[in-house]
Amino acid sequence: MKPLMDLAQVIRTKNAGPFELTLDVIFRDWETYNRVKKSNALNAPLIAKIYGVPEEDVLQAIYFDPACAFKATMKRQMPCGNLGERDIYGAQQNAPLLELQIPWGDDDESNS
Amino acid sequence: MKPLTLLSPTAILGYGFPISSLDRGLSFDPDVIAVDAGSSDPGPYYLGSGKPFVSRGAVKRDLTLLLRTARSRKKPLLIGSAGGSGSKDHLNWCREIIMEVAREEGLSFRMAVIPADVPKEFLLNGLENGRVSPLGPVHQLTQSIVKESTNLVAQMGVEPLIEALDGGADVVLAGRCYDPAVFAALPIREKYSPGLAYHLGKILECAAIAAIPGSGSDCMIGILEENRFLVEPAGLERSATRTSVAAHTLYEKSNPYLLPGPGGSLDLTGTSFEQISDRRVAVQGSKFCEADYYTVKVEGAKKIGYRVISIAGARDPRFISQLDEIIDGVKARTKDNFQSEQGNYHLQFHVYGRDGVMGPQEPNPVNGHEVGIVLEAVAEREELAESVLGFARSTMLHFGFPGRLSTAGNLAFPYSPSDFRVGAVYVFSVHHLLKLDRPQEIFPVSFEEVRS
Repeated sequence: MKPLMDLAQVIRTKNAGPFELTLDVIFRDWETYNRVKKSNALNAPLIAKIYGVPEEDVLQAIYFDPACAFKATMKRQMPCGNLGERDIYGAQQNAPLLELQIPWGDDDESNS
Repeated sequence: MKPLTLLSPTAILGYGFPISSLDRGLSFDPDVIAVDAGSSDPGPYYLGSGKPFVSRGAVKRDLTLLLRTARSRKKPLLIGSAGGSGSKDHLNWCREIIMEVAREEGLSFRMAVIPADVPKEFLLNGLENGRVSPLGPVHQLTQSIVKESTNLVAQMGVEPLIEALDGGADVVLAGRCYDPAVFAALPIREKYSPGLAYHLGKILECAAIAAIPGSGSDCMIGILEENRFLVEPAGLERSATRTSVAAHTLYEKSNPYLLPGPGGSLDLTGTSFEQISDRRVAVQGSKFCEADYYTVKVEGAKKIGYRVISIAGARDPRFISQLDEIIDGVKARTKDNFQSEQGNYHLQFHVYGRDGVMGPQEPNPVNGHEVGIVLEAVAEREELAESVLGFARSTMLHFGFPGRLSTAGNLAFPYSPSDFRVGAVYVFSVHHLLKLDRPQEIFPVSFEEVRS
């Protein structure tokens, strides 16, 4: 297992319009990206679980080869700026992803 | 086809750019300078209130340099989503700055002004005739929501901007725009591939954010050819890389392969990104797929009341360890004290140092040795918000709890006065698609001769 923050060069969240929050994981290189993609370690049910939302609130979960990236888009907890808002830009919602443990095979355990 | 060169000076008009970068950008001899001035990111207040989110001085600084440059080189300057949200108030605000700069700089030019406001009657009719649909996970639109909205704008596509260029405009000042439109307008008018033009616009609208190191306040160059486009940051300390440009395609979008806009979608399934020199990337294969109907995104905001806040810190470990019970106690006391106002106010406690940023989604909701607390009250009447906030703040300050040692007060206030009137509170009320009969239907282009 490896924490996602050791595999990625970017882990970010941001509004995609006022009603959706999108999260991007850009991996450090093609090999790392491809390994995660092949194992489908990042997926919609997992995103729903770590953010504590129903699975239907995860609207997209896509691997994007040109950027070596995984992207998921969720329904926002509330529309941007509604009463109860905590993060207008949605730019500080990446914490549940940082320590996420990604299966990495036994061979690599000794090196990690 | 001769290559067309575009200069994007900055991510948002007023965010600034180094003069050295502008000069280097000009060495590419750009055919057009275009800049996006808007975003819905800063939240509903700016659209709702009609106020800009970038300071007047900062916008004037950028406009002075850009107008001077565009006029001395006789190249068009396009400004989209004027004033931040692109409503009539924002447009007028930006127009006045342009007129002031023209006077001070002795500039003369033909200017096209294109408002993007959606008349309420037009939207109400559209709603009645099934021409309105929700965009993403948003509430159903109703007649009363439309009527309550203070400002309603639609994101124009390239067509009104092309009409302005056809009319001989040297400067095009547009209200709310689809972000890439100010960049794609001239290329599409000159018959370049719309897919490449829109995709290039997507990258240029954030200027050097798509470079490494990224910056929202530096210039980016785009060179559009028949079958591909090139991007390169103007500042020599930055590079466009395959990853930085491809990654930008993800930025703020729901799906990186399909990017919908006015009149159709940008399809990136066949797009390839290639590093062709240290600082330059080539992109090809992006396609524009025309939609069956021409739709535009309508944005609206409405006022719901007024906000009053107080900021405090707490250091006492016993207070911090019982914070949840104390907050519940303060809420109960407030409810009891304002019994006749139940349902008329919103009272919230943001606890920084624990879960102030993520709330119930915080994976590690552990109190620090100190916490910051923002108390917030919102009510339709400002006096009520102020009374509720004041009561909650003084109740929390002197709240008794088991084992309390610091009986002189629970909170550390950095300021006197401790309570702040933040002003009017708005929420997004409309985020819907509206079908138009023709792309210019609600975007009237008018021309004026600016003479100095």
